[in-house]
Amino acid sequence: MTPPNPEFEADCIRRILVGEKHLFHDLIRPCERSIYFLLFSLLRNEAEAEDAAQETAIKVYLNLKNFRGDSQFRTWVLSIARNEGLGRLRKAGTRREDSLDAETDEQTGDYTPAVLTSWREIPSESLERQQLGALLRKAIEGLPAIYRNVVLLRDIEEMDIRETAAALDITEGAVKVRLHRARALLQRDLAPKLGEYAPRRKGLFGWFK
Amino acid sequence: MRIDCKHVWQHISAYIDGEVDASLRAEIDRHLETCEICSAVLDSTRNVVVLIADDRVFELPAGFSERLHARLDRELDLAEPSRPPVSG
Repeated sequence: MTPPNPEFEADCIRRILVGEKHLFHDLIRPCERSIYFLLFSLLRNEAEAEDAAQETAIKVYLNLKNFRGDSQFRTWVLSIARNEGLGRLRKAGTRREDSLDAETDEQTGDYTPAVLTSWREIPSESLERQQLGALLRKAIEGLPAIYRNVVLLRDIEEMDIRETAAALDITEGAVKVRLHRARALLQRDLAPKLGEYAPRRKGLFGWFK
Repeated sequence: MRIDCKHVWQHISAYIDGEVDASLRAEIDRHLETCEICSAVLDSTRNVVVLIADDRVFELPAGFSERLHARLDRELDLAEPSRPPVSG
């Protein structure tokens, strides 16, 4: 993730609005990864997410004058992306329970983590192996939508809790709760599958019920 | 009072993010010193968080950026920001 640079953004916006249109490329470039992955997490389809990302960028350009500077630029951009994604989901008639608005934070539900002590550390060089990346992507794509979005913004795009909350239009408390459940689900899902990527060591299995 | 494993699991995500207060952190640390199970759960959860943050896990589709900026070039020629496209 490219860190936000408010001075650069403010200067760009001012100059774009007086006619230096080409600067919009530089303004939107640091946001494009986050735009795409937020949309991909909503739409779960590469081609559709790419098309929606392009539409989002155009809407950002056309509405640039309305950016007030009271939130981070990227947060504002991501709220436009979220609306674009939700609009497409509504058109497609997606069921509410898998939508971003689903009110499932009230659900309790203890989870029991997978306790497999053999893979506490997996070296990041293991990511050179494509299967590991595929395994991680599949686990994230398999999360319920409200958890997937939070993981995408907080853990993959590495936004802070406040910015994640603003971009998704939920409270910071909801971000924390969803993040906790999402990470717990990922840990439980991935722990038994990731053992083979861990370095070999003594005392392999430590199962726990 | 010594906290139990379930209590630790409830706070693992906040613990990883440094979002637990000092006294709870100290209790969790004390628990982790002697609990192999919770240490493994913490390490593996943290490892999942580190792995999924790697740019190689989620990559933009090939050519995404080029296509986006080519489309923007076409749109920027047609429209002014915050104004409807000129018609006629």
